[in-house]
Amino acid sequence: MKKRIGVFVCHCGINIAGTVDVDKAAKKLAEHQDVEHSVDYVYMCSDPGQNMIKEAIKEKKLDSIVVSCCSPTLHESTFRKAAKEAGINEFQCEIANIREQCSWVHKDKEKATEKAEKITKSAVERVAKNESLEPIGFPVTSRALVIGGGIAGIQAALDIADSGYEVILVEREPSIGGHMIQLSETFPTLDCSQCILTPKMVEVSKHPNIKLMTYSEVQEISGYVGNFNVKILKKPTYVDPDACTLCDDCTEACPVVVPNEFDLGLTGRKAIYIPFPQAIPATFTLDIKNCPGLLPIACGKCADVCEPDAIDYDMEPEVVEEKVGAIVVATGFEQYDKEKMKEYGYGKYPDVLNGLQFERLLSASGPTQGKVLRPSDHKEPKEVVFIQCVGSRDPELHCSYCSKICCMYTAKHAMLYKHHVPDGQAYIFYIDIRSGGKNYEEFVQRTTEEDGVVYLRGKVSKIFEENNKITVWGVDTLTGKEIEINADMVVLAMALTPSKNSQELAKKLKLSTDKDGFLAEAHPKLRPVESITSGMFLAGAAQAPKDIPEVVAQASGAAAKAISILSQEQLFHSPMVAEVNETLCTGCGMCIDVCPYEALSLEQGKAEVNRVLCEGCGTCSATCLRAAVKVKNITPGQIFEMIDASVGG
Amino acid sequence: MTKDFEPTIVAFLCKWCSSAGSDLAGVSRMKYPPNVIPITVMCSGSVSPLYIFNAFQKGADGVLVSGCHPGDCHYIKGNFYARRRIALVKELLDFIGLESERFKMSWVSAAEGTKYTEIIKDFVKELKPLGPQKKLRRDQ
Repeated sequence: MKKRIGVFVCHCGINIAGTVDVDKAAKKLAEHQDVEHSVDYVYMCSDPGQNMIKEAIKEKKLDSIVVSCCSPTLHESTFRKAAKEAGINEFQCEIANIREQCSWVHKDKEKATEKAEKITKSAVERVAKNESLEPIGFPVTSRALVIGGGIAGIQAALDIADSGYEVILVEREPSIGGHMIQLSETFPTLDCSQCILTPKMVEVSKHPNIKLMTYSEVQEISGYVGNFNVKILKKPTYVDPDACTLCDDCTEACPVVVPNEFDLGLTGRKAIYIPFPQAIPATFTLDIKNCPGLLPIACGKCADVCEPDAIDYDMEPEVVEEKVGAIVVATGFEQYDKEKMKEYGYGKYPDVLNGLQFERLLSASGPTQGKVLRPSDHKEPKEVVFIQCVGSRDPELHCSYCSKICCMYTAKHAMLYKHHVPDGQAYIFYIDIRSGGKNYEEFVQRTTEEDGVVYLRGKVSKIFEENNKITVWGVDTLTGKEIEINADMVVLAMALTPSKNSQELAKKLKLSTDKDGFLAEAHPKLRPVESITSGMFLAGAAQAPKDIPEVVAQASGAAAKAISILSQEQLFHSPMVAEVNETLCTGCGMCIDVCPYEALSLEQGKAEVNRVLCEGCGTCSATCLRAAVKVKNITPGQIFEMIDASVGG
Repeated sequence: MTKDFEPTIVAFLCKWCSSAGSDLAGVSRMKYPPNVIPITVMCSGSVSPLYIFNAFQKGADGVLVSGCHPGDCHYIKGNFYARRRIALVKELLDFIGLESERFKMSWVSAAEGTKYTEIIKDFVKELKPLGPQKKLRRDQ
């Protein structure tokens, strides 16, 4: 049946009209046999523009429309809604992108107009064969999964749980807290990091809506927005947290000492340990990698001394399956690989530390109870050199990006060092000082004005140990002078990188990553907490380096996005899904093999589509030898017509 | 062949990466020749070899299929199928005696406006010396 199509060509001010003769294009399209009405207007997306479309639909009895304007990613939904309001099916509206793919990329008006006409005609041919469709509704599982128990994951989990939805919070390490719990004070207020984080950690552990799974990892995820199936591996801790009384007898009995991750190797811990006193959950973990062995039991001393019998050597890894409707990914960061930073003597000289190690030295709960002492001889360092941009902003050798937080935490380190060692001197080598943020600039000023920290603009060329001192060679590019400092300690502000295994997790979740391995957001400006995968949201430094207030804000944003899914009774799925012509289908099963979503199955010798699982990618359609399967509203028949329109036939 | 021959290119762009990448080229006001008419499809994996041959039959001088980078497909693995199919299309074009350079496959992510621009510029440059495609054109 012949359709009555309306064509609406937008000027977008001069964005389109500057390069495309919109009047000519509209007139050209009016010649098409199926086009009943073709006009141009200055801003189709404006209220008058939309009203013009709606009135034309009613007056001219149009049954489908093409709006020739910007990319469908911007206004497709606007015009589909307008079409629906005027009484036609929303899938009878197609967008011809003549701005991003035409007017903005060409200069020659004549050729751009010709191209815009072809693009619009192609959309007309498509809509001429569009079916009216209704979105497919499906139920939602009102629970969320949060991956990562740092400040980002904690905040997201609390926000979702406070809204009345169940949350499963999965953390790889034995305790939640992430990197924030390792910090001493936070800039610019010098709040004690543990003091402000532990109340939130306790809240997580006590919250009736939060199921906390520490020492656990996400193994597998299937399903789709609203209905994900998750397999979580719970690693054995060999300690029953309910029975454990935290008496600490086991650690005294344990003969194995290994570097303590929490203090970044500045102290040791036993093979059975609690990461830090305020750990949540408050229990011990037997680190099987460092234990002398359980099969057979090689030592057994911890179990021997455990009075409440909390140690269970027979504990097995467990895989827990959960159903959730939305997922927040907050897997955090780690510091740049020390192996790549050998030029600064990190790992070679004990008094060359990274930023997090220095945090531990400053921390009241740290290895020195907050006294700044050199790891090598436990003497107070009187001259300390801080180096910024270690691995950051170095596209030739290391990371091209700015790690964002280092300027501020280095200022904080230098200030806190001066508070601990008032007669000491702090020097900071920097490229630029980036202190954007509320009260940040004032904080940096305070380090120089009140604490006498010396900022030296330039890079360090060499670091070497000499006479029990660490000699730092550098240059001050503002004075042009070469600098030599005989320091007692050097602190490196290492670049931040995505946490290890985050690539692997991204693959499991089908999330994309950017060139540096950080999780990619759906739109850099307008969808910064959404991933490209519907129902999965991003929070924290897993997406890009950022400081605590930004992380908290993003986590709350991700939580709100997750809640907007969990609060729906039904979600709707695009009805542009595959459809099988049973007469043509021979049941060969090739489409079933290629379907990425297991949306096709063989029922009584014919392929059948699960409409909820199908995402409409069309791989089945390209695979079928008999053209028995096609995706609605983008069928091969439509594509052939579109090709015809495109080559000017 | 005339010096001012302007090839017509049909470009099948996947919605999620390459079409978004071409949008970015537009947003960034990059410039490329207007010889290319884009057709946005859901996935490069949905591009049947029939589409490519149909475009040549209708008179296209070049056909481009562009998808997400291997491993980054919005539909998980559609572009892997596309890649395999495309290898066969190239061989088939050679077999029937049409310059296989008239057909191109590329991987353009949503962030690669510059790359898309370069690909179109290069493709137009490569097609010009080949002259109009007449071998598969139906009306000739």
